[in-house]
Amino acid sequence: MSDGPAHAVQHHTPPTGFIRKYVFSLDHKVIGLQYYGLALVAVFIGMALSWLMRIHLVWPNAPIPGLQLLSKTGAPGGVMTPEYYLSLLTMHGTLMVFFVLTNAPFAAFGNYFLPIQIGAEDMAFPRFNMMSFWTTFLAFCILVLAFFVPDGPPIAGWTAYAPLSAVGSDAGPGEGLGQTLWGLSIFVFCIASLLGSLNFIATTLDLRTKGMTLSRMPISTWAWFITSCISLLAFAVLLPACLLLILDRLAGTSFFIPAGLVVSDHLQPHSGGSPLLWQHLFWFFGHPEVYIAILPAMGIVSHVLINSMRRPLLSHKVIIYCMMGIGFLSYMVWGHHMFVSGMNPFSSLVFSFPTLMITIPATIMTLIWMGSLYGSKLRITAASLFALGFLSMFVSGGVSGFFLAQPSIDIYLHATYFVVGHFHMVMGVAAIFGVFAGTYFWFPKMTGHMMNQSLGRLHFWLTFIGTYCIFMPFHYLGLAGNVRRYSAFVDDFLVPLIPVHRFITIAALLTGAAQLIFLYNLIHSRFRGAPAPANPWECTSLEWTMPSPPPFDNFGGKHPVVYHDPYQYGVKSSTGDYLMQDSPEQAGA
Amino acid sequence: MGKLFAVIVTVIALLSAIPIVTHRWYGSGISLAPPEDISTHGHAIDEQLSETMMEAGLSFLAAQLVLAFFVWKSAERKGEIKTFPGGAKGLVIAALVLVGTEMLALGVLGQKAWANVYFKPAAPDALQVQAQAGQFAFYFRYPGADGKFGALHPDKIDEGNSNFFGLDPANDVDSRDDIVTGELAIPVNREVHLLMHAKDVGHSFYVRELRIQQDFVPGLDLSVHFTATKVGRYEIVCTQLCGLGHYNMKAYLNVLSQPDFDAWLKQKASEQ
Repeated sequence: MSDGPAHAVQHHTPPTGFIRKYVFSLDHKVIGLQYYGLALVAVFIGMALSWLMRIHLVWPNAPIPGLQLLSKTGAPGGVMTPEYYLSLLTMHGTLMVFFVLTNAPFAAFGNYFLPIQIGAEDMAFPRFNMMSFWTTFLAFCILVLAFFVPDGPPIAGWTAYAPLSAVGSDAGPGEGLGQTLWGLSIFVFCIASLLGSLNFIATTLDLRTKGMTLSRMPISTWAWFITSCISLLAFAVLLPACLLLILDRLAGTSFFIPAGLVVSDHLQPHSGGSPLLWQHLFWFFGHPEVYIAILPAMGIVSHVLINSMRRPLLSHKVIIYCMMGIGFLSYMVWGHHMFVSGMNPFSSLVFSFPTLMITIPATIMTLIWMGSLYGSKLRITAASLFALGFLSMFVSGGVSGFFLAQPSIDIYLHATYFVVGHFHMVMGVAAIFGVFAGTYFWFPKMTGHMMNQSLGRLHFWLTFIGTYCIFMPFHYLGLAGNVRRYSAFVDDFLVPLIPVHRFITIAALLTGAAQLIFLYNLIHSRFRGAPAPANPWECTSLEWTMPSPPPFDNFGGKHPVVYHDPYQYGVKSSTGDYLMQDSPEQAGA
Repeated sequence: MGKLFAVIVTVIALLSAIPIVTHRWYGSGISLAPPEDISTHGHAIDEQLSETMMEAGLSFLAAQLVLAFFVWKSAERKGEIKTFPGGAKGLVIAALVLVGTEMLALGVLGQKAWANVYFKPAAPDALQVQAQAGQFAFYFRYPGADGKFGALHPDKIDEGNSNFFGLDPANDVDSRDDIVTGELAIPVNREVHLLMHAKDVGHSFYVRELRIQQDFVPGLDLSVHFTATKVGRYEIVCTQLCGLGHYNMKAYLNVLSQPDFDAWLKQKASEQ
């Protein structure tokens, strides 16, 4: 690494052709935007699927105009069949967890800002980076293809429990080619994530500029770094699991299928496999995955909040240690998804304790964020509102974890809407709020245009109230024993609960519609937004030292030198109440 | 704008608490509470649930209200930055002590409720019933007068001829008096040992009133045991996604007095 601005270095020259510039680009910023665009497409498809499901649940016989065009057999006359409901449920979960919650907060923002925040010109392996995006894109195409296969998309849920997912089309419509494509898609997605994680780790460790010690990295960068370590270990387990599933389906192996199963009157030609093996492998990935979604959101929210509060957090280090603690514990808790799965009941107790203990770092983080709000000079912007909304959601989704961490209570609440409410709030909505906060905060940097703040605030109020209206009642329904993954509520004890579901459906339609405000703001501001200055939020980290949008090689071929901790706010300096990380000036008290 | 946030968060927090306290959906008669427990082990689960609800509810309200208050006070504030009394150290210690104790207590107390269900073996004189789950129905089997279940032969399953379990009465004496039914009838106040068998894919056995939920796992011999304390008819539903008919996979649990149960079993035996 060179010692200073005098030695300008460029790893690669700016591309000129359209393909190299916008399609197969090696530039981490373009790749970040590509991930963001893919996540945006996936989130709107995923949301539309949830609308269809919600409408079907409360008006089961009402035809949905146009639905028959999507699938003639799945929705004859626009009324969906029970299996098509399960297909939509499977595709909704898969799209949201993999292509939205993994891609947007981690891959999209991480790609764009991690190199810049540590003062690098690009990722460590730009070619790998391009490959990871296009591999992710391939995974997405394979998954979407499953919508159009003759016997329909898979119906086994995003968790794809074997043997339902393993025995093939005997298990029902959608369990033929559709389920195979699902396994293939996730297999390919795992490869992409492994490439991406390696790249993030290498970049963080090797490409930090002069003066950028680990402790001087912004919390967002720390979050992406810790997430990439989690992701590397988690996807490395899901990858072979998917391979084994595909082999069970196509090659006649029996990893997950025991002997003596009679499915659709056919005695299955398998023996020796274990359905619980799939569950262990899946959740060994699946639980860390929750933190792959939420840690980057925590990092983004910290970054945005600090800037809005005009002060550093009460402790920078404690937040980072807590994120590491959560990352570490995330590998010791997967069995809490399996309390009533039939695994040894002693293991349930063993898994319960680290699950309860994860509350401790999570609480410390929450208290640090809230304690830092005290006595701050909080600026209210669309970005900071979403960051505050994240805090509220994280608490709401977190406390319901107290219940589900306990095997005894899980006997009653497992597989009910209580669980659906819990994970939507804590990993769905909270993580998405992190993405919104990041978008409103970094949009000016990424595009060179300011976003409309009034529309941003309106989007926040509607989304914040709306998501509470959707997901809080899920908990109440769960307490009443409302089972999840039902395509219709026909049981005597479920029928009386339908009015609550109707309320949720209406809230979901309205909240979903409010996202069009965001989409409009995004597109309109991209072309018509006021030009963005280099540092509109008076922020301290390196991404704000360069013009908006940043030039191709970020720092104009120079290596910035870092003199300070990332968050010099509430100080006296020539710039005001903050000091940029690359400013040689010493802050006054 | 910060004040608006504070007000909205406060209103949301208070409104969210109402159905938890009243156990009703706002202004309606829709019950949102767990139904009355009809098992001997369920009260321990219910107590654990209330205990947790208390702790979670208070944490929820406290955190939301403090968040609202701090945002109210600090939004667009002028003047110097102030630091929270005690700083990070105080908060870390508070979290470690308070939450650590809270979680440890929940974990330790909750063990008992779990142990009641899973660590105590079924009584030797418990009524043995086998449950079979398959797409998309439950079937139950009683061992008959000999007290022995006949062996299962998956290749002999023939639903058209009502051989749901794959019994082989021609060659297997034990299976000849087995009683197969579509509902689970049990005597009140007597322990039942339910032996669980999955025919095809994963399923689950969930009776809300019994506070029992247990997966059926293909290839695994699992069992649960419980004692029902109240005569009545309750729904058994499947809670493990098992295919297109999952939503409609159900059976009834019929808790009968001992004489009624004896009569029911006798009648079923004669119908086989």
